[in-house]
Amino acid sequence: MIQKFGLTLFLAAFGLFVATLGMNEFRLTSEILVKNIKAEQVQEVQKQLAPMMDKVYSNGFAFASDLTSGINQLNKGYDAVQAWDKKFYEDNILALTKASASGYLTDNKEIMFFLTFVLGILGGLIFALSGLQTSAGIKNNGVFFNPAMARKWLGIGIGTFLILFYIALYFYPQFIANWVMLTDPVSQFINGGEASRWFMYGFLYTISVLVMGLRFIVNYRHSKYQVFRTLSVIFFQTCIAFILPEILSNLNLPSADLKNMWPLDYSFFFNYRLDKLIAGGGFGIFLLVWGIFLFLIGTPIMVYFFGKRWYCSWVCGCGGLAETLGDPWRQLSDKSTKAWKIERYLIHGVLVFAIIMTIGVLYTYFTGSYNLLGFIPTEWLKSSYGFFIGSIFSGVVGTGFYPLMGNRVWCRFGCPLAAYLGIIQKYKSRFRITTNGGQCISCGNCSTYCEMGIDVRAYAQKGQDIVRASCVGCGVCSAVCPRGVLNLENAETGTRIMIAPEVLLGNGMGK
Amino acid sequence: MQHIIIIGNGISGVTAARHIRKLANHRITIISGETDFFFSRTALMYIYLGHMKFEHTKPYEDDFWAKNRIELKRAWVEKIDFAQKKLHLNNESQAFSYDKLILALGSTPNKFGWKGQGLKGVQGLYSYQDLENLEALSPHIKKAVIVGGGLIGVELAEMLHSRGIEVTFLVRENSFWNQVLPPEESAMINRHILQNHIELRLSSELDEIIGDENGQVKSIKTKSGEIIDCQFVGLTVGVSPNIASLRDSFQQGSLETHRGILVNEFLETNMPDVYAIGDCAEHQNPPTGRRAVEQIWYTGRIMGETVAQTICNRPTAYSPGVFFNSAKFFDIEYQTYGQVPAQLPADESTFYWEHASGEKCIRINYNTQIQSVTGINTFGIRMRHEVWDKWLSAGKSIDYVLENLPQANFDPEFFKQHEAEIIAKFNQETGASLRLKSKKGIFSKLFQS
Repeated sequence: MIQKFGLTLFLAAFGLFVATLGMNEFRLTSEILVKNIKAEQVQEVQKQLAPMMDKVYSNGFAFASDLTSGINQLNKGYDAVQAWDKKFYEDNILALTKASASGYLTDNKEIMFFLTFVLGILGGLIFALSGLQTSAGIKNNGVFFNPAMARKWLGIGIGTFLILFYIALYFYPQFIANWVMLTDPVSQFINGGEASRWFMYGFLYTISVLVMGLRFIVNYRHSKYQVFRTLSVIFFQTCIAFILPEILSNLNLPSADLKNMWPLDYSFFFNYRLDKLIAGGGFGIFLLVWGIFLFLIGTPIMVYFFGKRWYCSWVCGCGGLAETLGDPWRQLSDKSTKAWKIERYLIHGVLVFAIIMTIGVLYTYFTGSYNLLGFIPTEWLKSSYGFFIGSIFSGVVGTGFYPLMGNRVWCRFGCPLAAYLGIIQKYKSRFRITTNGGQCISCGNCSTYCEMGIDVRAYAQKGQDIVRASCVGCGVCSAVCPRGVLNLENAETGTRIMIAPEVLLGNGMGK
Repeated sequence: MQHIIIIGNGISGVTAARHIRKLANHRITIISGETDFFFSRTALMYIYLGHMKFEHTKPYEDDFWAKNRIELKRAWVEKIDFAQKKLHLNNESQAFSYDKLILALGSTPNKFGWKGQGLKGVQGLYSYQDLENLEALSPHIKKAVIVGGGLIGVELAEMLHSRGIEVTFLVRENSFWNQVLPPEESAMINRHILQNHIELRLSSELDEIIGDENGQVKSIKTKSGEIIDCQFVGLTVGVSPNIASLRDSFQQGSLETHRGILVNEFLETNMPDVYAIGDCAEHQNPPTGRRAVEQIWYTGRIMGETVAQTICNRPTAYSPGVFFNSAKFFDIEYQTYGQVPAQLPADESTFYWEHASGEKCIRINYNTQIQSVTGINTFGIRMRHEVWDKWLSAGKSIDYVLENLPQANFDPEFFKQHEAEIIAKFNQETGASLRLKSKKGIFSKLFQS
């Protein structure tokens, strides 16, 4: 009952949230242009957008469409005369759209924020906490009958929504200007300014991890490992990734997500970022040194002692969202050998791409030459990595595909940091998942619920420890095992059973 | 190159096939009427619960068999001609010849001749077909009665309950599964079953099953005369070797059977080149402390591993090591190592500890004279198979085991450890002054063998 109430409340708030896209009127005026673009460009922009000027649009979609095509025309013109710094990008278009908005939503952001976000969070929390009504223990009842969780109509719907959201967020934020506007009250409160699209995204991201993290804790409350791990992930997202950067920028210090590192943070070595850190005084230098230390020294040491789980399922932001928001879909990962083959080529390919791209970017930074090895344009490396890997793979596919292919598509097939961590974990780490002698009954729960698509059962049923580059140590396989066959452990590297015994323990054959 | 035919694609038959393939180049065919591919029978309940789909319960990818040159045949064997060494299948006119035959026929649920046991809506839970039938009936079941308090019964209770079906659980004994579990453990499970909203009726026996005009079950009558309305009756009063369907062939061929197919220590039947393994086999001379018929996943697997050796010219006697088994009753996991009978043997002592929550416990039995441990039951605390196998094989003393108990702990990180409390209770009960000497974890490569 309570569960249904929570869900209904959430769905009502979410419905209203979606409906806000139809709110507001939009009217582009010359004052808005003057306030938002460079003085010398106002005239030519006004000329290009003449049909739109002063026209009242009751439909934000139509406004954004017209504005987008107008700006695209302008940009084409700039391209033709190579006037790169005159071009307009997504944030400019979004700013113009937001500025052109007026209406109930614009005048009542706090109320609308309450009705959408606050009530939505409340509904989500009630839904999450309703799990306390069932007894503690694994409760995957009905997962494969569920229309949202088993890749049926609702799952496909949610996936479609997420994919469209990411495409809008990355490439067409003007179409979700009202959503950005809804978070203005929070942004004003935290940093005194209006919300950018990334603030809205960060806020949505953080509350998703919080609410769905709570749901996960409730569902796995019988396992301290799961509770601590999820609390860790909630902490790192809320405090380190969301709040701390805001505090830093409020203090006029260079702002950073301290846990984000290269190569996941693929633009760490880009010129504008290096410049900003170097110009950022002592703290800026600290961030530069910290960032390099983290991936060069800190990470190998941590992976040696604990496996890559210290990062991937306890700290990482992508991982945090996957383990919380993505939890309903972990069973959708592809367990086939074919998927494993693709995974190994793809993820290591992305790592190689990231390394080459970074070498290119640094080469340009230090030598001023725009071509690596004389013929590879580093700008092209940068922008194609950013587009294909950073935006499409990591964003659109990474999260958008949760309800379709599971919660770790990016982590498993694309993340270059995961590839790096995985190599260390496979060859030199104390981490393994121990299998308990002959106790495996081959039921398949472990493989089914492994979010990384590892065929855990194949190892368990032959008594071999699981030492896999992709294992993020979420511990769910151990949790769902009905016979206590699996356990995540750290011990001397040499104690890992890498080759299956001839015959399983329990058979006294030949003794 | 010989043709080895295995009838039955369960854990026993499939393990035999895999190990034969590892050792030799013989032609191997597995015949099954139940499914095209080997699946884990233990996982049937999870399909019904919605935790997994059927394909998730297949331990090997479908191309595994062809890759390993193990032929699969979907068919029921109607007749075995032992003299000619030929099999007659239900869906083929030509007979199959074998050089060696392994019978891995599995079990069949018991039916003890109750009136109405053939009605629609009355069934056991063993095969994939049983699961399919139950699934088809489920939308029409509001109330169900389960007869027989054992492992399958408690799993069936969990399954039906997950669909919102009201379950009445009739258990003949005065405490759940008390032919196997000592009193305290049995009582714990009684409580746990009740806590899970199952109407557990101890000391309650089925008298007859009553049907309606359509041949569908509508109620049952207990031996005390009570009528319980229901649309489904689950018969979970144990299983027996599945030899009835081939009884004629066995009689004609003079293959010796009793409750199951009689086998010697090499898993050979009285017929040359014919073997029997798993649930359907009956050991003429079971290993010490073991039953003649073992209906456990693990022993089936062990028999499969063993018979493969013999068939590939390395005669190996069936010698399972230290006994072990496991189960899960709703949310309580159970593991057992060694022998912990329901009744404490005269020459043994027992130590029992139960957690304040009443949902975790351990019991260690040990020889009173020499103090060597003989068995352990553990509920709610995961233990390392390797460690207990070593301790029990070596006959370690109760003192040693308790002092080193953390070594056996297989619970995940951060889980509360109870060894201090356990050893304190033992000290208090016996006047001993044992102290914990080990830590939880893997510290030695010696254990990995």
